[in-house]
Amino acid sequence: MGQMIGRIRLNLVAILAALGALALPGALLAQVEMDAPAVEAPAGGEAAVEDDAALEAATPESVYAPMAPTEGKGMPTAYQDDALKSMTFQDQYTLDGAYALGMHDYILLPIITVISLLVLGLLLYVIARFNRSSNPEPSKTTHNTLIEVIWTIVPVLILVVIAVPSITLLARQYETPPEDAITVKAIGYQWYWGYEYPDHGGFEIVSNMKSKAEALADGEPYQLAVDNRMVVPAGVPLRLQTTGADVIHSFAVPSLWFKQDAVPGRLNEKLLVIEEPGVYYGQCSELCGTLHGFMPITVEALPMAEFEAWVLAQGGELPGAAEAVGAEGGDAEAPAVALAE
Amino acid sequence: MATTAEGFQAHQEDHAHGADHKPGFFARWFMSTNHKDIGTLYLIFAIIAGIVGGAISGIMRAELAEPGIQYLHWWANSSPEDLAAAGHMWNVFITAHGLIMVFFMVMPAMIGGFGNWFVPLMIGAPDMAFPRMNNVSFWLTVAGFCSLLFSMFVPGGGGMGAGVGWTVYAPLSTSGSPGPAVDFAIFSLHLAGAGSILGATNFITTIFNMRAPGMTLHKMPLFVWSVLVTAFLLLLALPVLAAAITMLLTDRNFATTFFDPAGGGDPVLYQHLFWFFGHPEVYIMILPGFGMISQIVATFSRKPVFGYLGMAYAMVAIGVVGFIVWAHHMYTVGLDVNTKMYFTAATMVIAVPTGVKIFSWIATMWGGSLEFKSPMVWSLGFIFLFTVGGVTGVVLANGGVDDNLHDTYYVVAHFHYVLSMGAVFSMFAGFYYWFPKMSGRMHSELLSHIHFWTFFVGVNIIFFPQHFLGMQGMPRRYPDYADAFAFWHEISTLGYWITAGSMIFFFVNIAYALAAGRRAEGNPWGEGATTLEWTLSSPPPFHQFETLPVIEDHQDYHDHRPLPQPAE
Repeated sequence: MGQMIGRIRLNLVAILAALGALALPGALLAQVEMDAPAVEAPAGGEAAVEDDAALEAATPESVYAPMAPTEGKGMPTAYQDDALKSMTFQDQYTLDGAYALGMHDYILLPIITVISLLVLGLLLYVIARFNRSSNPEPSKTTHNTLIEVIWTIVPVLILVVIAVPSITLLARQYETPPEDAITVKAIGYQWYWGYEYPDHGGFEIVSNMKSKAEALADGEPYQLAVDNRMVVPAGVPLRLQTTGADVIHSFAVPSLWFKQDAVPGRLNEKLLVIEEPGVYYGQCSELCGTLHGFMPITVEALPMAEFEAWVLAQGGELPGAAEAVGAEGGDAEAPAVALAE
Repeated sequence: MATTAEGFQAHQEDHAHGADHKPGFFARWFMSTNHKDIGTLYLIFAIIAGIVGGAISGIMRAELAEPGIQYLHWWANSSPEDLAAAGHMWNVFITAHGLIMVFFMVMPAMIGGFGNWFVPLMIGAPDMAFPRMNNVSFWLTVAGFCSLLFSMFVPGGGGMGAGVGWTVYAPLSTSGSPGPAVDFAIFSLHLAGAGSILGATNFITTIFNMRAPGMTLHKMPLFVWSVLVTAFLLLLALPVLAAAITMLLTDRNFATTFFDPAGGGDPVLYQHLFWFFGHPEVYIMILPGFGMISQIVATFSRKPVFGYLGMAYAMVAIGVVGFIVWAHHMYTVGLDVNTKMYFTAATMVIAVPTGVKIFSWIATMWGGSLEFKSPMVWSLGFIFLFTVGGVTGVVLANGGVDDNLHDTYYVVAHFHYVLSMGAVFSMFAGFYYWFPKMSGRMHSELLSHIHFWTFFVGVNIIFFPQHFLGMQGMPRRYPDYADAFAFWHEISTLGYWITAGSMIFFFVNIAYALAAGRRAEGNPWGEGATTLEWTLSSPPPFHQFETLPVIEDHQDYHDHRPLPQPAE
């Protein structure tokens, strides 16, 4: 991962050198690039610390209780709570999400704002300067090769500035999950989600939307809260597979910058690494029939030990448990190695 | 100026004795072979369809004004506890709104209405190449609209009507929707599509074969260029849609499995076919608008269009590239990364010819002598709002960014900025530009300016906050939402009421103009209006150009007016 970011930065530097005149937005992204891991690092560290604590505390008897959501994390923000936050993307809790968000905030948004204001400014100028009373005699100019070339080439250069991080982002999102990634299979049904854990004995969680009364009683947002969450470990690679059982659904979680269609007859797969424990809400994002609006997604990311306790409580088994009977270290260490990587 | 127009007209009528002998009411309006009458029929039809589609948006915005299900039960005639009935009703509304606005409002108004009226006039032709086929095109469109409306009152799975979205994705539209409603909706698309294909062949033939002597392709008005490119897009794209929806029909009724994985089919195949049509379709809806804006900006700047050839070939480029970017609608279906990279790059390329057009319009105004008549203010509104819609398109073009924004309100905001502000603003601009020509009456400038400002404010209040909702994660096609989204939805609904109120000025304006409007001269817009339609009376004679006008060698693409007659 680190190597990859380094390479991206190199690409960017090369592009910047080539496009001196258009360097500003690119430079801003380079800055994000450096910021993003720095921002994430303490979060990751925290998770690790919590993880250690949890490792000691977790005993086979520990009972899973759904984590309470944190206001403003993994869920939309109301205008009344924070006007600015309600007008932009949710905070991101994956590295790709942070990269994409940086690309939007530091490259795309400034560029599109400047272009829109430029067009607006030019329109206001011609309205003020070239109206009939200020300019009764129109010119007859109909060609100017230089300016036509400029307004063809400059947009091309701007698009190149956008395309480089964009292609990089696609490549990052396509990274294949490592061998030891934990597989979770999200199956879209009309109209609820099922989550299968093939690495943990293949049990399936059925996840329905909570009624308004239940959601409010549990301090969760109605329309986003579900009775049984998709529980996953934080900080380790997940191999998230999606498929549809009847029609096309789409598994989407905005705060993880994750959206993947659940198509019948197909198994889509994508790497997901959630940086820190938390509750992240999403919703079905492909029209799937009458209750399309009422099959939300709740992802709960837990430290590995708590996740394992949850797996056992669901009647699942830990990977390698069957073969590694009596083996030293046991199951607790395998995920720890994954975490270190 | 006026002498020229009238002189030309007088010359015309010498040869056209009795040509104004109009058929009786039924023969004239139901069996019409006259391009102007068919154009009028298309415009009236589009206005009616627009009222229906706009009313459905009102139902939807009212429902979304606050969290919870407020009105859907009433429309579905179900109990308040029955979420499924309400949800189905909602899906029927979004489906009907989308299909009506695309196939029965924008396309009939732009191509059927303005295209029929003004392509023959602008190229100096007496009528369309195939006048009877023209009539068939119109009535097929009407039949399609009836079939769609009928589909709302027959069973479609979760209740009455087809609740599959305007994209009609399989397998929701096949195994997911029992009952005849979806069949009728598909049949409606067949009829409207057949009408459009016939219309497209008619336009292509007319433009290639019936231009007045001397009217070379490179002297054609840009509106005619835009209709020519649009007609080619229709001709190439619609058969693909027809094939895709026919496969839906056979999957539904005759046990084929084109889109059913259980029989070796693939739901994603449908999406490829649909968007191979669907993406050119969005250019079909906007290109004639580009053409109209070019005419209007030149007229009211009293200046020829800047960079004429660049403008014409930018439209050709947009049309060509429009065919090779379709999968940017499908970034989340599980495409290969290389495919996504290609479609990201190709999609962004479209911004270049579009930018050429925006800048050329501004350059046309630069140094001009601008007069802010109603068509011009609508055009200025168009240029700005289309730019805003265009730049959010550049954001969405990025496959990696689209992973978050796909199927959210950001997309809804984007395509309403380019359509309900792009296409619709250009249609109002064109309407106010040509209304005096079509009706022979002047509309009220005051009312049309009030219409513009209220509409401009209204649509921006509706759609700008939807960018925020989309970025916060609000998915589209949802009848209800989490409390956190409530504020911006409420604002959005407020904007709808302003927009709906604004339409009152439009209708009052038409009624006023038809009842009491000042009689329009042949050319009410002054010396900037230089295309051939302004050389005729307002309204033009029932049959025009029985003696073809001649475009002399010294006349360029801009000025097609005949030379002033020497005084006799």
